[in-house]
Amino acid sequence: MQNEAMVSVEEQQNDVLLSVKDLRTWFELRRYGFVRVGHVRALDGVSFDLKPGEAVAVVGESGCGKSTLAKTILGLEPPTAGEVRFDGRNLGKPTRELLRWYRARVGYVQQDPYGALPPFMSVKRILEEPLIINGVKDRHERQRRIYEALTQLKLTPVEDFLNKYPHMLSGGQQQRVVIARAKILEPKLIVADEPVSMLDASVRVEILQLLRELQREYELAVIYITHDLSTVRYFSERIFVMYGGKIIEQAQMEDLLADPKHPYTEALLRAIPDPHPKNAETMREVPPGEPPSLLNPPLGCRFHPRCSKMIEGLCDQTEPPEVDLGDQHIVGCWLYTDQQS
Amino acid sequence: MRKTSSDSALLRIEGLRLHFKTMRGTVQAVDDVTFSLNRGRTLVVVGESGCGKSSLARGILRLLPRNVETYSGKIYLNGDELMCLTDERFRREVRWVRMSMVPQAAMNSLNPVVRVEDQVAEPLLVHKCVTTREEAYERAREAFRMVGVPLDFMTRYPFELSGGMRQRVALAMALVTDPELVVLDEPTSALDLLTQANIMNVLKQIKKDIGVTFILITHDIATSSELADDAAVMYAGQLVEFCDAGRFYLDPLHPYSRGLMGSVPTLWERKDLMFIPGQPPSLLDPPKGCRFAERCPDRFDKCEEEPPLTEVDVGHWVKCWLHR
Amino acid sequence: MSRFWNTAKQLAHYPSAVVGLLIILGLVVLALYCLFTIPYSEAIRLWRGGEDIWGDYPKNAMPAWVNIFPGVDVPVTIKVDSAETPETKDVGEFQDGMRVTTIDLAFDYRHGDFPAEVSIFFTSTFESSRPFISAVWLTPDGREIRIADEAIGRTHSMRLSGNRTLQRRLGNQPAEVGFFLDPNSGDQQTALKGRYILRISAITFEESSAVDAKLVVYGKAHGLAGTDDRRRDLMVALLWGAPIALAFGFLAAVGTTVTTMLIAAVGVWFGGWVDFVIQRLTEINLVLPLLPILIMVGTFYSRSIWIMLGCVIVFGIFSSGIKTYRSMFLQVKESPYIEAARAYGASNFRIIFVYMIPRIIPVLVPQFVTLIPSYVFLEATLSVLGLGDPVLPTWGKVLSAANSQGALYKGYYYWVLEPSVLLMLTGLGFAMLGFALDRVFNPRLRGQ
Repeated sequence: MQNEAMVSVEEQQNDVLLSVKDLRTWFELRRYGFVRVGHVRALDGVSFDLKPGEAVAVVGESGCGKSTLAKTILGLEPPTAGEVRFDGRNLGKPTRELLRWYRARVGYVQQDPYGALPPFMSVKRILEEPLIINGVKDRHERQRRIYEALTQLKLTPVEDFLNKYPHMLSGGQQQRVVIARAKILEPKLIVADEPVSMLDASVRVEILQLLRELQREYELAVIYITHDLSTVRYFSERIFVMYGGKIIEQAQMEDLLADPKHPYTEALLRAIPDPHPKNAETMREVPPGEPPSLLNPPLGCRFHPRCSKMIEGLCDQTEPPEVDLGDQHIVGCWLYTDQQS
Repeated sequence: MRKTSSDSALLRIEGLRLHFKTMRGTVQAVDDVTFSLNRGRTLVVVGESGCGKSSLARGILRLLPRNVETYSGKIYLNGDELMCLTDERFRREVRWVRMSMVPQAAMNSLNPVVRVEDQVAEPLLVHKCVTTREEAYERAREAFRMVGVPLDFMTRYPFELSGGMRQRVALAMALVTDPELVVLDEPTSALDLLTQANIMNVLKQIKKDIGVTFILITHDIATSSELADDAAVMYAGQLVEFCDAGRFYLDPLHPYSRGLMGSVPTLWERKDLMFIPGQPPSLLDPPKGCRFAERCPDRFDKCEEEPPLTEVDVGHWVKCWLHR
Repeated sequence: MSRFWNTAKQLAHYPSAVVGLLIILGLVVLALYCLFTIPYSEAIRLWRGGEDIWGDYPKNAMPAWVNIFPGVDVPVTIKVDSAETPETKDVGEFQDGMRVTTIDLAFDYRHGDFPAEVSIFFTSTFESSRPFISAVWLTPDGREIRIADEAIGRTHSMRLSGNRTLQRRLGNQPAEVGFFLDPNSGDQQTALKGRYILRISAITFEESSAVDAKLVVYGKAHGLAGTDDRRRDLMVALLWGAPIALAFGFLAAVGTTVTTMLIAAVGVWFGGWVDFVIQRLTEINLVLPLLPILIMVGTFYSRSIWIMLGCVIVFGIFSSGIKTYRSMFLQVKESPYIEAARAYGASNFRIIFVYMIPRIIPVLVPQFVTLIPSYVFLEATLSVLGLGDPVLPTWGKVLSAANSQGALYKGYYYWVLEPSVLLMLTGLGFAMLGFALDRVFNPRLRGQ
């Protein structure tokens, strides 16, 4: 108890909401249910700080570990190593009470809006569940909060929606209910894992804008996980790029777009077209190869087999350190070790 | 009869209608679609989900489910009218011989217990495009080369390949019989960014090498610009705009097309994002008059009447009273 | 609740469901009616049987409604009782220490076929001197056949059909034939129609002494269902079989289905050792043969229906249902909404009961409904094998008695058909409802 109560002085000064240090989440691979074959190193050393009310985008391709990051932060997967501190409290080996305290302060918005809602519960019931579980005993209080949540998510008139079942709602409406549910406990942080990728293109913008409005109005910190880089500029201040279970570059949005450092980030940005007829005339540069196996990651830098700027003897032997280039721009690449500020 | 500037139309569709019977009524999935596509060009068909673009693809290839109520119109492939063919003749002579398709999530629709080389060779054997099995496998190898799958992957099973590889195998299957037209239904929607870019590169290369005509159906407008020569916009089962890519991506005419372009988030261009409020109408009971009127910012009273598809410029068709 | 009505409306689309539901309703109504008209203790008493209850009923009589069919003329039981119709009695004066009472039991016989048996039952009251009776049979064509002269006790039964002396007297014909034989019928041997009179002269030797006689001409048809070899009206068993079958089937089905589902849910949610143990237990249980075990329990321990029910449930819990539900729960467990529930702090208990189990109910309900007839048949099987509950009248019991008495060989088809038809109807009703429910709850089975 004492450890959790002690808030690090540094964090208090910098007003950090979520602090993640060298977080690793490994999954055991077993054959025949018994034999341990190895570990899938889904998250392999992730560190960052998040301020209250800050929106951060985590981008990367499939298998880079972003979903695992979401689940570890939410407490759905126990971390194998490393530290997660929320609001000053250490979440390693949490007691039941601590876990409960934490879960009421972090909301989860999932990718599949229909799957995220129990199909046999009405909207009212869906929103009531988190309240009941977290001890809001007064029925009127719950009613009030449900009304409030639905209104904030622009699902009005509220009466129309209370008794509907998920299959009666459109994709966009379903996702709003999911967000309402994530918000109803008045959390300080919302983790949104690909919140709009299963929605229609025209609805995506609407939902993302709504989320942004809510974030600004209620000072919510948002971790926005996506593989659709073209949306990130509109909805977050900072961006983390993940590859092979690590954050290989993190920076402020405009900084990253204007001046990407890591070769992978460069490749990623090059692959994203703005819609323009000229695109049909040229080939895009794409790094060869495939994302690395998380079971047996390559020695040294995870990206080196595909990197055109690889330094032999260095990148293929030792993992690069995290280089702070100033202004919150951190990159994990041997090319920049002499630029440490 | 629609005439384009050079009469080298490979595919001409006139008044295609495809309605389905469901428990809740008749779904008018494709309603009176008319356009023509020249040889060697790529047409992208864009629209929201439920606008009927996948049904259009199925209609062109006559891959119809059991509950079809109406299937009418005319489809001309290289001058040959296809709707009058019997199902059996269509299967033998057209489908996968002259036209083929890469369906949505094709990477998941490969037969898991058959080796990929066998799957790619199969269309040749079924449609008797070759005389010997060796010839079939030789052409399969060529197809693999064309899509950029290394030849030592040929003897593998689908689960041994990554998503991108599987998508390429599906593409090879569609190309192996050397068809004149290939329809691609959301070929990259389930793939990662870099893999998407790779597939697009492959398609661009194939286009350059063998001049195949593509119809690309997608809701991802940004990626569609990688391949598009012409663009067709569908809304609520109808074709609302048809023009060349240059026009579409830079300055479309139909209010829906403009709304669609405005809602595409761009990484490089600074712009404010718009979105179209509301939802597309149900195909069960589409509204009378212009189907987009309800959500259109430029709606006026004439829109209560259904506008005709008008050619406002050479090869540019718009279904809107504003552009009469 | 609205989902209930929704389901009901959808069910109405399927004619098989409607028919099934009607059958089940019919059975339930039957069961309820029976429970009210013949209370439990009464049923047991009736079924235990005995002379005093069933003495007036014919043996192995077929149902009386066969007479509806044209050309079918099966005699029904005719009873004439002097105690009920005192006008048949002519009580004389008490003179010289004797009183002569003449009882004329008359009836009209209209059947062409002979009755099954003839019996006369006497009841008398006296202190010490036994009355003396003399019985004579008067045929419509004026013949007189002497039956017997003897003294009687307080109750006296004369089963004339088995009386050898009488048989010889009637020309080697049993009483029921001899009394009614039309002498002119020759080889055809038909019965003489007309008014028959049984004249009984009773002499009583005490003032207060009195005699009553009851003539029972047993028919070959009786009631709605006929009778069995112990003269018991089969309707009792057929009626009572309904609530027992329904109760047994229902309780067994509920007990097993619900418990199986809960155990599967617990196993899936907690995984690890819990799941492992449950699965191995199930696999062992699947190999064990249920019927032989039940036979053993019945033979060596007890045949009480509650014990049987208990065994059935215990062995039924770790059945293949566990595997089915487990695979479904495993799927449900991976649902995003379960993950979301964990994220907002739902406890394991809550997740299992509030989030996972409601997903299974659409599969559970049809399975449960189709399981009911299996258990009904199981109970019948046990009865036929002789392991049924010894006192309860069930359909299986009727079948078992029919089997041991060689009903089919003797031509008593109704004895076998009636319980069989009821069993089949039960099975049919539940099966049809169950399959329709399955199609309603699982739309993928609907087809286009």
